[in-house]
Amino acid sequence: MSDFPILTAIIATPLIGAVVVMLIPARRPELVKAAGYAFTAATLGLTCWLLANFSTKNVFFQFVENRPWFPGLGSRYIVGVDGISLFMVVATALLIPVGLVASERYPTERPRSFTAWFLLLEFSLLGIFLSLDLIMFFVFWEILLVPMYFLIQGWGHERRQYAALKFFLFTAAGSALMLACTLILGFLHESSTGVLTFDYRVLAAWSFHGLAGTTETLLFLGFMAAFAIKIPLVPVHTWLPDAHTEAPTAGSVVLAGVIIKMGAYGFLRFSFELFPHASVDLAPLLLTLGVIGILYGAIVAAMQKNLKRIIAYSSIAHMGFVVVGIFSLTLLGLDGAVFTMLSHPLTTGALFLLVGMLYERRHTYDLADYGGIWRSAPVLTGLFLLAMFAGIGLPGLSGFIGEFLSLAGTFVSRRPWAIAGAAGVIFAAVYMLWAFQRAFMGKPSESTLSLRDVSVREVAVVAPLLILSLFLGLYPRAAIDRVEPSLKRSIVNLELKTNFHEKRPHGYAKTALPPGVTADQSIRLGLGNP
Amino acid sequence: MSANDLLGLAGIVPLLPLVGAVVLMLGGRRIGQPRAGWLATGLMVVAFAWSVVLLAALLSLPPDARSHASVIFTWLPADQLRVNVGFLADPLSVTWCLLVTGVGSLIHLYAIGYMRGDPNFPRFFAYFNLFAGSMLVLVLANNYLFTFLGWEGVGLCSYLLISYWFERNTAALGGKKAFIYNRVGDFGFMLAMFLLIAKFGTLDYGATGHAAAHASGSVTTAVALLLFLGCVGKSAQIPLFPWLTDAMEGPTPVSALIHAATMVTAGVFLVCRAHPFFDASPAASTVVAWIGASTALLAGTMAVLQPDIKRVLAYSTISQLGYMFLALGAHAYTAAIFLVLAHAFYKGCLFLGAGSVIHGNDENQDMRTMGRLRALLPITSAGMIVAWLAIAGVPPFAGFWAKDAVLEGAYLNHDYGVWVLGVLATVMTGLYMTRLVFLTFFGNERFGAAPATAAAGTEPAATEAAVGATEPGVEAELGYDPDYFPTVVYGEPPRAPRLHGHEPHESPWLMTVPIALLAALAVVGGLLNVPLKGWTWLDQWLAPVFRDVVQPSAESFRGAAALSAVAFGLGALGILAAYLAYRRGLPDPAVDPLGERLGPAAPVLGHAYYYDDTISDAVDGPVRAGADFLDRDVDQAVIDGAVNGTARVVRDAAVGLRHVQSGFVRRYAVGIALGTAAVLLFLLAYAGR
Repeated sequence: MSDFPILTAIIATPLIGAVVVMLIPARRPELVKAAGYAFTAATLGLTCWLLANFSTKNVFFQFVENRPWFPGLGSRYIVGVDGISLFMVVATALLIPVGLVASERYPTERPRSFTAWFLLLEFSLLGIFLSLDLIMFFVFWEILLVPMYFLIQGWGHERRQYAALKFFLFTAAGSALMLACTLILGFLHESSTGVLTFDYRVLAAWSFHGLAGTTETLLFLGFMAAFAIKIPLVPVHTWLPDAHTEAPTAGSVVLAGVIIKMGAYGFLRFSFELFPHASVDLAPLLLTLGVIGILYGAIVAAMQKNLKRIIAYSSIAHMGFVVVGIFSLTLLGLDGAVFTMLSHPLTTGALFLLVGMLYERRHTYDLADYGGIWRSAPVLTGLFLLAMFAGIGLPGLSGFIGEFLSLAGTFVSRRPWAIAGAAGVIFAAVYMLWAFQRAFMGKPSESTLSLRDVSVREVAVVAPLLILSLFLGLYPRAAIDRVEPSLKRSIVNLELKTNFHEKRPHGYAKTALPPGVTADQSIRLGLGNP
Repeated sequence: MSANDLLGLAGIVPLLPLVGAVVLMLGGRRIGQPRAGWLATGLMVVAFAWSVVLLAALLSLPPDARSHASVIFTWLPADQLRVNVGFLADPLSVTWCLLVTGVGSLIHLYAIGYMRGDPNFPRFFAYFNLFAGSMLVLVLANNYLFTFLGWEGVGLCSYLLISYWFERNTAALGGKKAFIYNRVGDFGFMLAMFLLIAKFGTLDYGATGHAAAHASGSVTTAVALLLFLGCVGKSAQIPLFPWLTDAMEGPTPVSALIHAATMVTAGVFLVCRAHPFFDASPAASTVVAWIGASTALLAGTMAVLQPDIKRVLAYSTISQLGYMFLALGAHAYTAAIFLVLAHAFYKGCLFLGAGSVIHGNDENQDMRTMGRLRALLPITSAGMIVAWLAIAGVPPFAGFWAKDAVLEGAYLNHDYGVWVLGVLATVMTGLYMTRLVFLTFFGNERFGAAPATAAAGTEPAATEAAVGATEPGVEAELGYDPDYFPTVVYGEPPRAPRLHGHEPHESPWLMTVPIALLAALAVVGGLLNVPLKGWTWLDQWLAPVFRDVVQPSAESFRGAAALSAVAFGLGALGILAAYLAYRRGLPDPAVDPLGERLGPAAPVLGHAYYYDDTISDAVDGPVRAGADFLDRDVDQAVIDGAVNGTARVVRDAAVGLRHVQSGFVRRYAVGIALGTAAVLLFLLAYAGR
């Protein structure tokens, strides 16, 4: 079984699905749906197999495939999975079918192209998280734009043209810089070693001593442009509220659930290993931007009158916790960041789904049009309560664990930032409870009184996310045990490559690799000597 | 089974109500009314029985061995941090278990009667059980983070239960306010845990407690003060107290269980549990003592002119909690816990009695239109009168002994300033409680006729209620009238009585039995710790928990008696003053004799020093304006404006390339594809060199 190219299978299944869906005649929507479910379910099944067979012993990449792809350019087809990417793949494979089921009734137009774009979106996301070749990574990063653009533009709300274009241009601007930096990095490596390659592991083992300080910083900033826009960090965040609000429900779910994690993933996967000095030196800058995101996102969220925009801005705040956790440069902080990257898709996904259900009923996101829903839709309200408190960070649900660890790690290394960030837990309660009060409490109006409660299908869409959130809140080690070995490697590599020393809680031994793994192996990310 | 085996099963205590909560949440409708209430109550009684088993198990062990930690599983293993789901059964936690399950059972029973006919009856009991389970987790946890889980769980239940009548705007606001104020406290609690992780690498009570003795002064002070910030939020101390009065929007059993007897004492529990940090930091203890003493006195003064029976009790609770912190600050931990228990008995009784009075008066909470209810509500009034004597510190009721121990602790610890504030607060206690009892049960009868001022139609709330008259049937469907706001604030003219052609009536046995039992406990509760040789049960019982602490204790009987006499004398002064002012009731419900006497000070006290009003004004004014500025001017105008501006500049510059700038993104997509292809071709050519 070890020879089975599981990662290729995972990436290819949705692509094949997209092709198959396009081959189905448009007058057979039921076949389209069936195919959509079948292929996303198959992807999810394969991902579960991956999760079950993922080894916590291996701190490097597992299920690696390395084939020629673009020999002239030195770019190869290299895929692999480690603790950092594992749960991003899982979250993608989970949210895509959930989004499809949620879209069964709405939007109703052109289900065939909707499904196809959605499958293509999954294909590109999985490619992003599994690529270990920089050119490949970039190609997938760019492909993603196309389905997402068309999903917003084709099935969005009133201002969809504007939002889609804004999303497109923002992302394209960021990725242009990333592409330039990728090429520069590859060519510098070639001129220094004579080998043209974009294998991320090879470059990572070279760049920390092969690059001049300024060059490294500039390249870091180039990648950061792409990542910061995706996360998004303030002030390059304004595409997000528009894109979220105008996107169809399923689009918002994937956007908030997975797409905005790409930036954080990029920092962890690429910036840390390729530009370790810059990552360490610029950590205070990123920490500051993260804290600004936490506070700014929360305050602006509180002022929104549109329910979907509130959740959109709350995502900025939540991603602030991720950025803070990453650039705390502590193992605790990294644990918290990656945990939040897994938990946030569940909680925010559930919130967007529930808000989407409200939209299907009343065709508005404006809080002023709601109020008193609790009486007519108690089950929907209960689900919303659960998702809301998971997002606010109530212990016992998953959101808390990530926030707690991110801030705890930051407190160990950079106390003032942690204190400022912790204030975000107060603000989170303010904007969410206020929104809840305005939408669900109070006296119902004529129209909210007749609001339908959720159907069994709708419960079935949201329930898995909330159950997983509860499970991870009570048993977070299911994720942490799989994630932590790779994060230890990230910390150790920073220490090996630079003069950085991780700040440790009192009495904790230095973060170390498992016995038998040498420093050299770690720097080479498990790649044997050439 | 050995005692330790039994103690290892301490987790059963919280598990029982938690299971009840899940069952009622999922199948409550099918279980129906009143069976849902009986199920919840039954589980609480079983949990109480199991707590008694734990008590017996602990007593069977030698005092120094009375602590047993059991780990169920590792909850959060990150880095080298290991946070367990684990329980610590020791005299401290078992005391609170007995309190929560014992008083909790009685209040559950009461609620079956009180909530009868409520259409969401099962949901109410689901929340109630969830609350009890969370509270038990809070007290039984063996580490800070697991306690925090319970801590936030009770906060959640508090929110849900205050806002239980969510269509009533004031209830919705009250719940939100409670949660947000508590979150401010949680901010401190979380920072304390971060500091513990950074400095000690663990959140375990045992390990951090041992380490505290050797830690630097700044660390122990910081941990203690940050934890105390959490306690200030949860236990409604200055400056985070205003939420507790608004919490009275919840059904009265909620006020009794959560906002008087149990949850609000969680802050006291946490200080006891974290006592090594407070022991090691005199500075932190001083802060605790002064905050507690100031709260005790100031909240007492805020209570004296409130017209709403529940709001008087709410301010009273804040004041009593202040006493507890006063004791904690003086390291008189046992005295604080003694007062927690005594307070649970008499304040529980008072709240349940108030609920019975409100119930009997068709939801009227305005004491100015009550009076002379003693004959009509004989059991309720008897219970409340006993509880009044207990809280006012009249011997030999429970409050006398407990409050005495608290004040004595402060005096013997040489915190004389604190002691003076505490003793002055007893005047207030006597004053507001006597006022409450006389306005409600004695004096002239005022529940019959409509008061003149209300009839004149000048009352804002009344007119509002008249305008927003609810369509018939809604009250039956909801179980309450969403347009009726029962809370009466100071300055509002007396409410018209709501009775429609019948007299106030006594409540059913489900409600009066718990009142009577709690009243009985308020009578005999002092026996827990009579300061005579051989009678100090509570001291002996809790001694192992506070083994290393030197708690202040009286050296001479005469000195202690003199202190008691001073405290009791001042309390009696308050009682006497209120008796003289209110013995005839209110000849004119709109005129409060004490308020007249206080002159210009009256509105200041009545409005609670305008503290809450100031905060509300600030939030509605500058705070909101600031946030609005950030949203409208910074986010939309500047940041997004720059984005759109850039886009516009680019578009204008590209006028000459209009055919390219077609606005069809499909064409852009083609352009990007071609561009990418060109780059790749270039690379190919480059590579092929």
